[in-house]
Amino acid sequence: MNAAGFPILSLITWLPMVGCIVIMSVRGDEETVASNARWTALWTSLIVFVLSLILWFRFDPGEAGFQFNESVAWLPEFGVGYRMGVDGISVLFVLLSTLLTPICILSAWEAIHTRVREFMLAFLILETMMVGMFCALDFVVFYVFFEGVLIPMFLIIGVWGGPRRVYASFKFFLYTLTGSVLMLLALLTMWFVAGTTDIPTLLRTAFPASMQTWLFLAFLASFAVKVPMWPVHTWLPDAHVEAPTAGSVILAGVLLKMGAYGFLRFSVPMLPIASQSFAPIIFGLSVIAVIYTSLVALAQEDMKKLIAYSSVAHMGVVTIGIFTFNVQGIQGAMFQMLSHGVVSGALFLCVGVIYDRMHTREIARYGGLADRMPRYALTFMVFTMASIGLPGTSGFVGEFLVIVGSLQVSFWLALLGGMGMILGAAYMLWLYRRVVFGSITRDDLKSILDMSPREWAVFAPLILLTLWMGIYPSSFTGFFDASVAAMVQHHTAALTSAVKFAQAVH
Amino acid sequence: MIYAIAVFAPLFGSLIAGLLGPFIGDRAAQAAAIIGMVIAAICGPLALFMLVAFDTAPSGVVSLGTWIDVGRFHVDWALRYDALSATMVGMVSFVAMLIHVYSVGYMGHEHRPKYRFFAYLSLFTFSMLMLVTADNLLQLFFGWEGVGLCSYLLIGYWYDRPSACAAAIKAMIVNRIGDLAFAVGIALVFFKFNSIEFPSIFASIGLHQADTYDLFGTSFPAFEVIGFLLFIGAMGKSAQIGLHVWLPDAMEGPTPVSALIHAATMVTAGVFLMARMSPLMEFAPTALAFVTIIGGTTALFAATIGCTQTDIKRVIAYSTCSQLGYMFVAAGVGAYQVSIFHLITHAFFKALLFLSAGSVIHAMSDEQDMRRMGGIWRKIPITYTVMWAGSLALAGIFPFAGYYSKDAILEAAYAAGGVGYYGWICGVLAAFLTAFYSWRLLIMTFHGAPRADKHVMAHVHESPLVMTGPLMVLAVGALVAGFLLKPDFIGEYWPEYWGLSIFNGPDNHVLHAMEELPGWVGLLPLLVGLAGIAMAYWWYMFQPGIPAAMAARFPAVYRFLLNKWYFDELYNWLFVQPAIKLARGLWQVGDAGIIDGMPNGVASLAADGSRQAVKLQTGSLALYAFVMLIGVVALLTIFLMFG
Repeated sequence: MNAAGFPILSLITWLPMVGCIVIMSVRGDEETVASNARWTALWTSLIVFVLSLILWFRFDPGEAGFQFNESVAWLPEFGVGYRMGVDGISVLFVLLSTLLTPICILSAWEAIHTRVREFMLAFLILETMMVGMFCALDFVVFYVFFEGVLIPMFLIIGVWGGPRRVYASFKFFLYTLTGSVLMLLALLTMWFVAGTTDIPTLLRTAFPASMQTWLFLAFLASFAVKVPMWPVHTWLPDAHVEAPTAGSVILAGVLLKMGAYGFLRFSVPMLPIASQSFAPIIFGLSVIAVIYTSLVALAQEDMKKLIAYSSVAHMGVVTIGIFTFNVQGIQGAMFQMLSHGVVSGALFLCVGVIYDRMHTREIARYGGLADRMPRYALTFMVFTMASIGLPGTSGFVGEFLVIVGSLQVSFWLALLGGMGMILGAAYMLWLYRRVVFGSITRDDLKSILDMSPREWAVFAPLILLTLWMGIYPSSFTGFFDASVAAMVQHHTAALTSAVKFAQAVH
Repeated sequence: MIYAIAVFAPLFGSLIAGLLGPFIGDRAAQAAAIIGMVIAAICGPLALFMLVAFDTAPSGVVSLGTWIDVGRFHVDWALRYDALSATMVGMVSFVAMLIHVYSVGYMGHEHRPKYRFFAYLSLFTFSMLMLVTADNLLQLFFGWEGVGLCSYLLIGYWYDRPSACAAAIKAMIVNRIGDLAFAVGIALVFFKFNSIEFPSIFASIGLHQADTYDLFGTSFPAFEVIGFLLFIGAMGKSAQIGLHVWLPDAMEGPTPVSALIHAATMVTAGVFLMARMSPLMEFAPTALAFVTIIGGTTALFAATIGCTQTDIKRVIAYSTCSQLGYMFVAAGVGAYQVSIFHLITHAFFKALLFLSAGSVIHAMSDEQDMRRMGGIWRKIPITYTVMWAGSLALAGIFPFAGYYSKDAILEAAYAAGGVGYYGWICGVLAAFLTAFYSWRLLIMTFHGAPRADKHVMAHVHESPLVMTGPLMVLAVGALVAGFLLKPDFIGEYWPEYWGLSIFNGPDNHVLHAMEELPGWVGLLPLLVGLAGIAMAYWWYMFQPGIPAAMAARFPAVYRFLLNKWYFDELYNWLFVQPAIKLARGLWQVGDAGIIDGMPNGVASLAADGSRQAVKLQTGSLALYAFVMLIGVVALLTIFLMFG
């Protein structure tokens, strides 16, 4: 059994499904059903969040391996099992998912008024899939959850999205699915070699160098789309623009982390030789992502699109960090992922606040909001600063650690990868200036209302978290310190033995 | 303890004013901010005296807890308590307190809520104090960016003015260019030293002197690369030539902001950084030579522009730029003590000049153009008097503060020789121009026939005591700071005063050598200063036709100076416009055209094909199944291949 004394991971994974059953069993007129669905979804997700806090308190940060393990035989003859467990790499992403879900549900309280029940169902299913994916310790289970995430997200964009929602949802679905199919091939190949899909076993298996290359490429196809890396990023702006606010938040907050998580869980530790040899290419793509998408963000006229492009740039920093293979780089990448999850989620919520009032995302339609909405201006400013990596906010720690990590690889990688510091300031401040500063010129903005108590409840935890992560990041890095150190050590050891092997052959 | 109170009192003032301001009202918010500052202004200088005068408190570190702890990368929140930090804390808290008080009067007519202004001002002071008390490079960077943020917020304080918003963004972005170099520099320090905490860096300087770092295919001494990167950061914050373009525009902010941030404190952070990193910079001679060259060039270049500007605040802004150049000249020749000396005296007289300019603007109903001033000296005698004091100090006239510190810089540059001569020549020429534009400013503002309209002239009035009080205190500072501080800062007691907080290399004897120069070197700056004043009187007081005639005779030179050497135009043409075009191009051609073009092309191809297939199946689930089918086929292929 595990530190919690009961199968905590399965509980938080499947509890949202119980909420689904409750929601589905409610009968009555539309209003009753909608209100019931909202409250049930909120309470379910809050209970899940509280339960997941057990992980925060009971997780042993000194232990590098997997904890809270659960194992049930499933297809024993094929070496496939239902195995759950978290280590330092995954535990905080579980918490990020369980934190953002209630926030999203709360933010959709009034914004979603058609098919409320189905929306809440989709969200709870999504939570199950996300949490399950981060907890899975069997590759098949992982794959099921990894793909399962697509379905509710596809529906959220396609049903509750904007005018071009069908185009966007299909683009999202096809892009991400195409990559996943190749991952399935890789999965099978690994199963052939290792005879099991147990992730801890796979982590200890040394795959032949030539096979690593192909496996790496297959993984890359899947994960690069999810991250998304340049040049397979164009589904993201479309998906964000069309998605409802809550969908954008979860997409930016958690779904974008799946790709990078995949790199950390599979590519880097299982395929060290291929990772090392492909690192320069990843660096190239990432640096292009940082500079290219930052520039593109500068030209955007739609708020959500701008923030979507900024996400691509930030994730570029993450992929740089992961492939530096040193402690600072990887921890910086992980921290940047967590920070981006909170900050870009909050930025989409900020867009949602004024979208709900004016029903437009066009930047030019706004201006001078500071006069009428001082609290909103403050909130937006906090997240703008976190997004551009101001020290004291969460955004700085990750970005700076990645610079430290990448300098150990190359000066130019650090300098070019750090260009986001300049370009990020340019596009975010330019956005802020056009939306919040200036004077009000449009009549309909003159009566716009400041944030409501419900909106405060949505933002307050995110603001606190942003500052906490910026001022005392050690309470977060402490979780993944041991695991990342073990990963770096494992990587170095694998490379040394590969070199020795090569020398012995010659 | 007192030291920590000095640093954190402004933060509390800021939080109360900013977060509770909407509820407790403007007056209470102002009071909270000012009480915080007064506490800081008592504790800050007290902590300094306890350290250097009474020896009752040993230097050390006030630890506040861990910040980042990742592998070997360990950074603490901590306050460093040594002579350099304590001196800066004393100056910053004191000047900031005066400016807070002054702001009560200056912002009196503001129609918007004012709590925001005081919250920003106090938050700025806190950031600056964190910067100067940092015990590691990252906390210094925290303060560095914090002052940048406050500067951004305060320049754009009147956010309904497009020009203020543009200036605020410009300041932030130009600063960030320097900051990126700084951040990479910190990363390089960690790479070489395995730590970015000052005690461990300074302790292991000797071990790493032979370290090299490869760049551009060549191997450079690591210290030189670090020195260059840190200095580029300093150039951004301290508005040195090339990255100076934000400072004049920053005058869009309220005048107390210009006095505090863009003259007395924030912009001096770069100079402070050089002094703080002196143990490392001393072993980076090429980087130091570069510092001198940039400093000297900026001193002269900014002074030339100052001679043609007509906006009273812009003249003083370029003057600040120029004075910062002087400080870098001193730092570049290894006389860090002298650069800090000038930093402190400059803080007094430049804050004084800005605040008196604010008083003039206040009196002239928000007029800033000197061409529409004149003939007001009898009406605002206090402002007029203190502005004289500030100008005398700036021009370096005995016995005002600038005389001691600017003289010392030029002597140090001359004594250092080599590249120091360049700094010296630039400095002497700039000293002439400084005196010239200062008196040009005084005469155009206060003397001659009134050029404002009757309405404005009727309103001209001396500012209230809450504004003139701080002015008079600063004027006293501008008068006495020089000869009071000289013995401790650069005179006979400097080794005891600075202790180990500033390092001079074993071959660096510039502070001794500057005592043994021929007499004319010490006298020359004073003489050219007097000449500059005389020329200003001649051109603007006695024969006011000359400036226009000169401008007409040398139109190219005049336009070149008036347009600030065309830096803004050059950058716009070189960086801004291409970036905008590139951004549009990448978006519309790169993303929409090429990257999306291919999948969309494939999609329409597939759509044509599937129009046939759709006859068999409909709906999205079918599509999913179809793709899965392809997967299974491919799977089987693999099975067969491996089987």
